[in-house]
Amino acid sequence: MRILAALSGGVDSSVAAARLVEAGHEVVGVHLALSRNAELYRSGSRGCCSLEDSNDARRVADLLGIPFYVWDLSERFAQDVVADFLAEYSAGRTPNPCLRCNEKIKFAAVLERGLALGFDAVATGHYARLEDRDGQLRLLRSADSAKDQSYVLGVLNAEQLSRSLFPLGDAVSKAEVRAEAAARGLLVAQKPDSHDICFIPTGDTAGFLREQLGSHPGDIVDERDEVVGAHSGTQQFTVGQRHGLHLSVPASDGRPRYVTGVDPQRRLVRVGPHSLLRVRTIEAIRPSWAGPQVLGRRHGLVQVRAHGEPMPATIVAEDERLLIELDEPAFGIAPGQAAVHYDDEVVIGSATIAATRP
Amino acid sequence: MDVDERSYLDHAAGSPMLPEVLDAMTPSFILPGNPNATHTAGRQARRMLEEARESIAAEVGAQPGEVVFTGGGTESNNLALLGVAEGAGPRQLAISAVEHASVAAVVERRDAVVRLPVDSDGRLDVAASRQLLSADTALVSLIWVNNETGVIQPVSAAAELAHTFGALFHTDAVAALGHVDIDFAASGADLLSLSAHKVGGPVGIGALLVRRGVRLRPVGFGGGQEARLRSGTVPVALAVGFAAAVRLAGDRLAAEAARLRLLRDRLIAALDQLPQTRVNTVEPAGPAIVNATFAGTRADDVLLLLDQAGIDASTGSACSAGVHQPSEVLLAMGRSQADAAASLRFSFGPTTRASDIERLIAVLPELVVRARQAWG
Repeated sequence: MRILAALSGGVDSSVAAARLVEAGHEVVGVHLALSRNAELYRSGSRGCCSLEDSNDARRVADLLGIPFYVWDLSERFAQDVVADFLAEYSAGRTPNPCLRCNEKIKFAAVLERGLALGFDAVATGHYARLEDRDGQLRLLRSADSAKDQSYVLGVLNAEQLSRSLFPLGDAVSKAEVRAEAAARGLLVAQKPDSHDICFIPTGDTAGFLREQLGSHPGDIVDERDEVVGAHSGTQQFTVGQRHGLHLSVPASDGRPRYVTGVDPQRRLVRVGPHSLLRVRTIEAIRPSWAGPQVLGRRHGLVQVRAHGEPMPATIVAEDERLLIELDEPAFGIAPGQAAVHYDDEVVIGSATIAATRP
Repeated sequence: MDVDERSYLDHAAGSPMLPEVLDAMTPSFILPGNPNATHTAGRQARRMLEEARESIAAEVGAQPGEVVFTGGGTESNNLALLGVAEGAGPRQLAISAVEHASVAAVVERRDAVVRLPVDSDGRLDVAASRQLLSADTALVSLIWVNNETGVIQPVSAAAELAHTFGALFHTDAVAALGHVDIDFAASGADLLSLSAHKVGGPVGIGALLVRRGVRLRPVGFGGGQEARLRSGTVPVALAVGFAAAVRLAGDRLAAEAARLRLLRDRLIAALDQLPQTRVNTVEPAGPAIVNATFAGTRADDVLLLLDQAGIDASTGSACSAGVHQPSEVLLAMGRSQADAAASLRFSFGPTTRASDIERLIAVLPELVVRARQAWG
């Protein structure tokens, strides 16, 4: 197959590409230049995709003997990912930009361009598996559940998945992947993973949001609508958050307070006791399907954070929304996140959390 | 595909070293002497160096004392531009809008820089340029053969223009060497840049021809080699290789220029048949470069597909962090950003055969269609 291997300059995508080359595919490496932030072209940044990362990726490609290109998708990225990120925070929701990037850039813009240029698929270093189940291609959790990244791929549809490859899906552990990188002579073997959002190289999301959206101070109110503190911008707060509240009025029961909601229109941050974080029902919109549509009622597993616990739940799926009833209550689920639902290890689909009920 | 089975059409970026050049260089590689030393070993090295200098001078119509060895075309250009306007006196540097980065980027070092306009073929607009020069102009710089489009500039007219304002005239002849006849004395130029590896010589050496009487201040400092203009031990072996390459280029000029011109014209004729394709190489032009715009594509995509098809080509212009930028030269010629980002350069050399051109012509139509689809 002719495969476009996305090379970030990190160890995962490097080993993924190496495995494909070894398997005899015709591989071309591509590094995505996504950010227009000049700071990212300074080496040593914590996010992804600085000039240093680009050079690391190029070095890997040279070592593997494959062509290497840098594709500038910064404009589309700014529109589809960064603008969405800011809009969601402005609306009081908590977005997942990595998901949006997979949905709109890596497995859309990159895939479209790749297919037009004659490639058969895009490969990444994500930890997830694609397997044939009953004649259908399905997305599965990776063999190493600790590293499983099927959550951020749950937003992909069947057509996108049919043109994707995840060579690391059967890896036993990250340590194994690093060892393999070292064995292959890839200098990135010891390179630390990037954990931050790639377009916020300092790791200071609150600062970035302040810079982009401005500071709109307001009140922090409790469950009785009484003012218990002040904040310098609603975007710094997400449902379930406990730290950074700096309340001037302690809770009457002496127990910690948590963010229960964010209202950017009124510039309010709402807090309350832990019990108010309780969620039993999740309403999620804009469903996507990682395989055939499964409408109606079924029982399965739901995950609402990238490394969250899969929660048993009853899922009622309609065309436009999912109603999820958790078997056991969960605490602190933020609107804007994705709810990815599974049958055991198989990803069924994804939807965006719009509202929660206790 | 083996490297040998591929078609290398990027000679303007660098031409493979000629076997005769390697043969000429080999004895001098193992010489121990530093040409600056007075002992026997030094004399041996110096003799080879000076013979190389004399040989190059003779080929390009210069005096040996006018040949300053440098590390390559970039360094020669840098020395010409930075060395000329130092201290009191005229300070303005007038450079054309279509120069190589090693001239154009002088704006990073000097404030008094003016860009001289070109027409839509990329040729200097002499009349408009006259309006921009003054008594404060220290130097006019105009590339002889454009490295991206192959277009030949009116260097004599430009030299005359510079001189009427009391300014020096520099020309970057890196892409001219081996393709047009270079006669330094007759050209009117005060400064002229050359590079070895564009004519099958070794990478890492070039020369700046400095007319007798022209005062330049060196950029670097050190032992004062090359008449104090370029300190550092001159790599004798590379100079010997450079001389061999220049001699071969001179010997073969007429025949090669004719041969390459045929290949060039064959390619241009084929490109003229392709839909929405514009050839940017317009006569008078060198025989070895063809630049074309494939509207509605990304140059990077076309290069990817060409590479896959066994053909090495380039855009001829700069990369920023690995991403090709729209060509400044084409922008100066009045092309749109999109077109300037959709343009490629095919350049020929001694190893280029008719079969390379035919192969390119055969793959282009479908390839360009695909690239258009990829653009969206």
